[in-house]
Amino acid sequence: MSFKTKVASLASYEKGTIEVNDDLKHYAFSNIYEVANMSKPYERVLVASNLEYAGEVVRAEGTSAWYTAPHDEFAIVMDGEIEFTFFQLVDAEKPTHIHGACKLAGSPQGKRMGKVIARRGHEVLLPSGAAYQMKAAKPSVTLIQTCKGPESVEKWSEICVLN
Amino acid sequence: MSIESIRVIASEPDPVLGYRSFQFGSFTFKRDAYFVHISWPKGVHTIEIDRFLRAMVRDIGWGFFYGWIFFDDVFGTQNHYGTVDIYAGTYSKGHRDTGVDFLENFNTDDVRVAFETISVNWINEGYDPLRAPMETGSPLGSKTREATGPLIRGFEPARRMMGLPGDVKPRSDASGHPINRAFADLSYDKPDIEIEPGFESQVHAFNLFDHIARADVTWNPSFTSITRACICCVTSEEHMLPVIHGNDRNEWFIQLTDEIHWNIQDKNTGNPRGRIVMKAGDVCAMPADIRHQGFAPKRSMLMVLENGTPGLEEKYASGELEPFPITASRW
Repeated sequence: MSFKTKVASLASYEKGTIEVNDDLKHYAFSNIYEVANMSKPYERVLVASNLEYAGEVVRAEGTSAWYTAPHDEFAIVMDGEIEFTFFQLVDAEKPTHIHGACKLAGSPQGKRMGKVIARRGHEVLLPSGAAYQMKAAKPSVTLIQTCKGPESVEKWSEICVLN
Repeated sequence: MSIESIRVIASEPDPVLGYRSFQFGSFTFKRDAYFVHISWPKGVHTIEIDRFLRAMVRDIGWGFFYGWIFFDDVFGTQNHYGTVDIYAGTYSKGHRDTGVDFLENFNTDDVRVAFETISVNWINEGYDPLRAPMETGSPLGSKTREATGPLIRGFEPARRMMGLPGDVKPRSDASGHPINRAFADLSYDKPDIEIEPGFESQVHAFNLFDHIARADVTWNPSFTSITRACICCVTSEEHMLPVIHGNDRNEWFIQLTDEIHWNIQDKNTGNPRGRIVMKAGDVCAMPADIRHQGFAPKRSMLMVLENGTPGLEEKYASGELEPFPITASRW
């Protein structure tokens, strides 16, 4: 018996279906690739939200701002290739908000920590209190396990199946 | 509230089939060649043995999970995080209407010991209920030789992120986990990582798909990364989820590859609410007021985001929180 694993991409995805005798808003059914296709580069769009916790879809394209969060985040690359660069923060740059990612005002002033180049299926640690920047030569997609924060964008009515 | 510890009591082996029967609290579990017969003071219920064992070993491995685990429409467990209910007919209208429903609360450790004891006695060598049906033998027939090895194997959860120094390691050839036949067509490269000295515990990445593709179990999640109380669970799913999961909180499913068909039911009545087909890249909430059961035509990769905040189940049960994640003002 042979098998063909179906993966999807920005260029090719097939959305599933939802048929429930219930309010479709309770299920917030969306598709990562569809969301990324309608997103601006580095817009952090919520596709999952569980009280303060969140899953954000990011269309990586070009170079992002520098981000930091007061807790660990994790990026799973779902399409393409993304370079993540990490720097330590100096005290004045450390986040003071409670949760979620925020942008730094400029480039981080601390020591360089390292770099990861990740492709589909790779999971990357975005460590608490570090600054990170994403770069992608071609449009790519990542899903970030995080908390809802200052950079989170909610547009549920635009991204979810409602009829 | 503390409750009295209860131990499972085993009978002598059946002289014909060789299996023991077990008494645990007010429940009796007896198996024959094809079925388990569960009896309680007011009733009896029969489940096909393969379905029962597939459900029981997962219930143990999951630590009774979040909320309700229905082995079928009648029998199951509810986790109270320290104690566990075992119920029969409690969520079945017919059983309730005729007064034969029954529920008993036990210490979690006692249930775990009881279920492990039953599973060990009833699982023969050559049958592994954690594997996909095409990958294992049959539980039917009389007792042969008891299976050895890690039959009831949950995956040790990551504490921060899988693969970090001192944390749980991803599956590999070296750990005895080859790529499963159903994912052999994908390529599995490693991320390119540069770490400055001193940042070995901060700069990290690994191939999550490779870890999932090497699972030797189905419908059995491993925790790979933790953001405070938010847990990323990844699983490989093939054939059908051998239980029906009743949610005590909202959870989120993210389909990484292939597809899964979900039947959705009302949590309390079991009445059908509908059906969801999730394909690669789809994201869907499973609200706190439903039961769900998945069917995967081909082995697929699923990611689940759970909120493990202690006491959350009480806030949903009391109505303090609405049973769905995106409340009206956010639309």
